[in-house]
Amino acid sequence: MSAVADRLYRNRRIKNGIALVLSALSAAFGLFWLVWILWTTLLHGIAAMKPSLFTQMTPPPGADGGIANALFGSLLMSALAILIGTPIGIAAGTYLAEFAKKKAIGETIRFVNDILLSAPSIVLGLFVYTLVVRTTGHFSGFAGALALALIVLPVVVRTTDEMLQLVPSTMREAALSLGVPQWKVTVQVLYRSALPGIMTGVLLALARISGETAPLLFTALNNQYWTSDLTAPMASMPVVIFQYAMSPYESWQSLAWAGAFVVTLFVLLIGILSRAILLRTKVTHD
Amino acid sequence: MAASGSAITTSMTTAIVDANRRNTRDARADGAFRWLVTAAGMFVLVALAGVALSMLWGGREAFSTFGFNFLFSTEWDAVHHQFGALVPIYGTLVTALIAMLIAVPVSFGIALFLTEVAPNWLRGPVAAAIELLAGIPSIIYGMWGLFVFVPIMAAYVNPWLDSHLGHWPLLGPLFTGPPLGIGMLTAGIVLAIMVIPFVSSVMREVFLTVPTRLRESAYALGSTTTEVVWDIVLPYTRSAVIGGIFLGLGRALGETMAVTFVLGNAHRLSASLLEPGNSIAATIANEFTEADSDIYRSSLIALGFLLFVVTFIVLTVAKLMLRRLSRHEGAK
Repeated sequence: MSAVADRLYRNRRIKNGIALVLSALSAAFGLFWLVWILWTTLLHGIAAMKPSLFTQMTPPPGADGGIANALFGSLLMSALAILIGTPIGIAAGTYLAEFAKKKAIGETIRFVNDILLSAPSIVLGLFVYTLVVRTTGHFSGFAGALALALIVLPVVVRTTDEMLQLVPSTMREAALSLGVPQWKVTVQVLYRSALPGIMTGVLLALARISGETAPLLFTALNNQYWTSDLTAPMASMPVVIFQYAMSPYESWQSLAWAGAFVVTLFVLLIGILSRAILLRTKVTHD
Repeated sequence: MAASGSAITTSMTTAIVDANRRNTRDARADGAFRWLVTAAGMFVLVALAGVALSMLWGGREAFSTFGFNFLFSTEWDAVHHQFGALVPIYGTLVTALIAMLIAVPVSFGIALFLTEVAPNWLRGPVAAAIELLAGIPSIIYGMWGLFVFVPIMAAYVNPWLDSHLGHWPLLGPLFTGPPLGIGMLTAGIVLAIMVIPFVSSVMREVFLTVPTRLRESAYALGSTTTEVVWDIVLPYTRSAVIGGIFLGLGRALGETMAVTFVLGNAHRLSASLLEPGNSIAATIANEFTEADSDIYRSSLIALGFLLFVVTFIVLTVAKLMLRRLSRHEGAK
């Protein structure tokens, strides 16, 4: 009897051991690739780093140059996208959390927003193409910013909605019982309490659009020169990286790596920053 | 007496009138605020509808010219204006399938490791690292794929597959081909690496929702970790795990940049996974700005519409599955 129990016990322990080793291995496997990719980007990126990168324009094939115009274009379009997407997103999130919490329409919008959040970005690019580029007849930085704003929007809507729902309802009731009108309660009490969370959402959205390539390919297109004219085609980091990495010229490829390094560094920094904001507020909230 | 009484009444009336005025102003401001945020909420609805309709409108020429043939034709001839979507559709499905075959077990292992196996001090940092990596732009994965992974596939993996698996009866045709490095298999693997952080962080969050007392009761009865995961954690979270997998699938289907670099942009239907192919997103990204005729552009937008419809269905399934867990949680 005890021999049977012993065997059963041993078998279970062996099975458990195998499964746990497999799980640890798969964790190592997953991390291995990711570390490898980061390492490659770091290695090639640092090798291609030089000061002229940030002062010179994107060069013609074979020549030497920088990525200043692409950096500027990316910054300009991202800033514009955040400026367009954030207010609409915060307003829509407020609607979901404060006015349509348990309503069918609220659930529908939440669902649609989640779809928009994970929809392929290239489809959003095609949408802006038919909406803006086709009607105006030319590619433009503004169209690029609009496509990016469509990516910012659902991220901000979702975080605003979630963060406002986390604000304790006693706060709303206390403010309302003092006779404060609802819009003031929302703007001066709820937003203040939910601000770190909403900021995180905006930062996450910024991280996401700073590497987005697909929606810019046929909205902002590309531009070899420095331009701040939003009605003209505009260069951006991801599109330049794409074009240069696919090219056969060594100097272009090394510029692409430098660009990839800058973008990755930027995205990781924003990720760490937003995490820090969330962590700090979590402590103060309790 | 009378004078002071009238003074009181006047000050009272002004106060009342003042309060009334403030009330109406507040009510008006409230109404305006409500209207504003409602409009923003509706804008989200309209945006999605706009995306779908504009694709359908832009692709109408292709749909009406080719009809159902658009879905089943392998022809992609820009010169003679003949377009069929079968090759990109096939490529999209196959690469996403390869990606999920690799990513799902690995992500499950990572989630398991981070919730049950790893020592406590390791869980937080590794989970944070994986979430940070999930944010790395897909173009970086694509570049790594092209410059680092493709040469390795071409030099070692493809020849090995070709010589060892190439003459197997059923699987053989899948693994015969020239050692180009670029192709469906490479694209699938790069996609898998890209969705692993994403799927595993969803799975990890889902596993964390299992009530501690359920897990600890099972441990107290003498279950091993494997048994707890298999008999307690998985049954409790089954629908949400499937939801997470579908979210990853949605991402793999619609991914553009990671795939475009390593797929080869070849409009040819071949059984072999080692041959270059095409996917919907890669076709659009590669050819859209070069499309020189209306029917060409329309066909590409029609492809975008197909992609949108497929991802919409996949994401809807994902949402419904994930929602079942939250309802489950609410009921307890």
